[in-house]
Amino acid sequence: MPKFQGVDYFRMDGLLSGEEIMVRDTVREFVDDRIIPVIERHNRAGTFPMELIPTMAQLGLLGATLPPEYGCAGMNNVAYGLVMQELERGDSGIRSFASVQSALVMYPIFSFGSESQKRAWLPLLASGEKIGCFGLTEPDFGSNPGGMLTRARETVDGYLLNGAKMWITNGTIADVAVIWAKLEGVIRGFLVERGTPGFTAPEMKGKHSLRASVTSELILQDVHVPKENILPGGDGLRLPLSCLSQARYGIAWGANGAAMACYDAALQYAKTRIQFGKPIAAFQLTQEKLVFMVSEITKGQLLCLQLGRMKDAGTVRFAQISLAKRNNVQQALEIARLARTILGANGILDEYPVMRHAANLESVLTYEGTHEMHTLIVGEDLTGLPAFV
Amino acid sequence: MKIAVCINHVPDTETKIKVAPDNISIDRTGVNYMLSPYDEFALEEALRLRERFKGEVTAVSLGGDPHRDTLRKALAMGVDRALLLKEDGERDSFGVASGLAEELKTMSPDIVLFGKQSIDYDNAQVGTLVAALLGIPSVSVVVRMEVRDDGTVSCDREIEGGHETVQTKLPAVFTAQKGLNEPRYPSLKGIMAAKNKPIEAKPAAAVPARVVTVLMRRPPAKTPGRVVGTDKSAVPELIRLLHEEAKVI
Repeated sequence: MPKFQGVDYFRMDGLLSGEEIMVRDTVREFVDDRIIPVIERHNRAGTFPMELIPTMAQLGLLGATLPPEYGCAGMNNVAYGLVMQELERGDSGIRSFASVQSALVMYPIFSFGSESQKRAWLPLLASGEKIGCFGLTEPDFGSNPGGMLTRARETVDGYLLNGAKMWITNGTIADVAVIWAKLEGVIRGFLVERGTPGFTAPEMKGKHSLRASVTSELILQDVHVPKENILPGGDGLRLPLSCLSQARYGIAWGANGAAMACYDAALQYAKTRIQFGKPIAAFQLTQEKLVFMVSEITKGQLLCLQLGRMKDAGTVRFAQISLAKRNNVQQALEIARLARTILGANGILDEYPVMRHAANLESVLTYEGTHEMHTLIVGEDLTGLPAFV
Repeated sequence: MKIAVCINHVPDTETKIKVAPDNISIDRTGVNYMLSPYDEFALEEALRLRERFKGEVTAVSLGGDPHRDTLRKALAMGVDRALLLKEDGERDSFGVASGLAEELKTMSPDIVLFGKQSIDYDNAQVGTLVAALLGIPSVSVVVRMEVRDDGTVSCDREIEGGHETVQTKLPAVFTAQKGLNEPRYPSLKGIMAAKNKPIEAKPAAAVPARVVTVLMRRPPAKTPGRVVGTDKSAVPELIRLLHEEAKVI
């Protein structure tokens, strides 16, 4: 297949700075050189490509928006979004890895951690020497995380944690988990290191989606953490939700990247697949599908760009992030399914990326806030009337 | 150690080249440009040499303002200085080499690195011409180089059917072949740092053209294949065609 040239129907590059374009193009090259050649093998085997972590770190993809004093690149949010777009053009699982490390581990340590926690963890997480995970969701508390059962109890020299978390990306490979637990009824964040007695992180098997990503349970049985492992910078559900806003922002961009990969595969295929003596791209029904794809990708791009500019200006609201995540993931999934129909039977083979993206996007549709919850978040924002409490 | 890397800004390898109406240049509309791939090996080698010997790496490019993008990439990869020798028109290889050599004379680097050729015009002349103009040795198509503390350099170069090992003394010019190293990606930190580094610019020394392009044309369109038969009775005819027309056996 010819090299991916980007999808830029509305000359959005003209709205990007030179650095933003260089970041995007660099990650695009990395994805073409390093991710795409190995991803189907990992997807089949159900393994995360650990060998990519050092290069991702060297590129500066982990915690890219955090400041240089902690070993990070200090990029703006638009550049970060473009990184997520390109990574997910490779695979949603790889983007998930970077999202979790950046938005759900490094961001809370940076935002709510003590100076010594920041100094201890952020440089190691940026360099990929340490991997992190984020423990919020529980078996019985997904959309309603505030009902969590995980508890922390203060002891003489620290805290005792008990509970179980589920659907935790990177859990089994993580050196540190950001665990959210109720301390005297109030949600607090704790750093739990791998190997702490009573803490285990078995991998969840049997996924049909995000196969190149590690998903785990976290089990905490009388896990004792020292006093200095609590995140001192705040309490309440607001904290983990602010992390999720960071991650959802990246997903809005990332989903568009997956959509671009599917569109590109469908376009190349349609131009070369001959039926009834002409390429199927010459048939009106195929053209309609391709036009739909480019229309939705273009809308999604402009939505993300403005979202990113607002985030950089500090004016973005979480409901706007919900709208973008909701829209872009739904459209990406629709594009993946349509692309599959253009490829016909070939579309189900892993010779093409489309079915893998389609399967991945089924997870992306409901993780980091289900499609439905984002609908209700925007619905409440519009009407002032909450529909889910 | 003072290292200069001469880099070029060329159409992306994926570009479908169209000849412009003047029939002596390409149609530049919609063409994306990139750092010439062999120059990436030269840049990487320069950065590795600096990591070992300390010193300064300067990237130099001769051409119009769009070359700034490629110099910016070199800065993002980690060079210390970027210099644009401005030339808005076209130059032949000798013109480019003369402009570069003029600047390098004042810079007097210990090592000058080039890609073995730019992937646009494929003349593969500039590096060698610069060495001649500076009166220093040149080693081309280098796949391995080892700079020793005493200023001698041992290089492996690609030759037909194998490699040869040569030795020279600094200052010298080297042109890089694929395989010399694995070029790094510019890091996000490097890209951010490059934003604040200046690109120096000055006019390239004027040189009259010695070689001019008089015509540019695309190769003739490929003719479709033909079926000479579907069973073994076609073999003699196939052999005859491969021998007489295709001349491959």
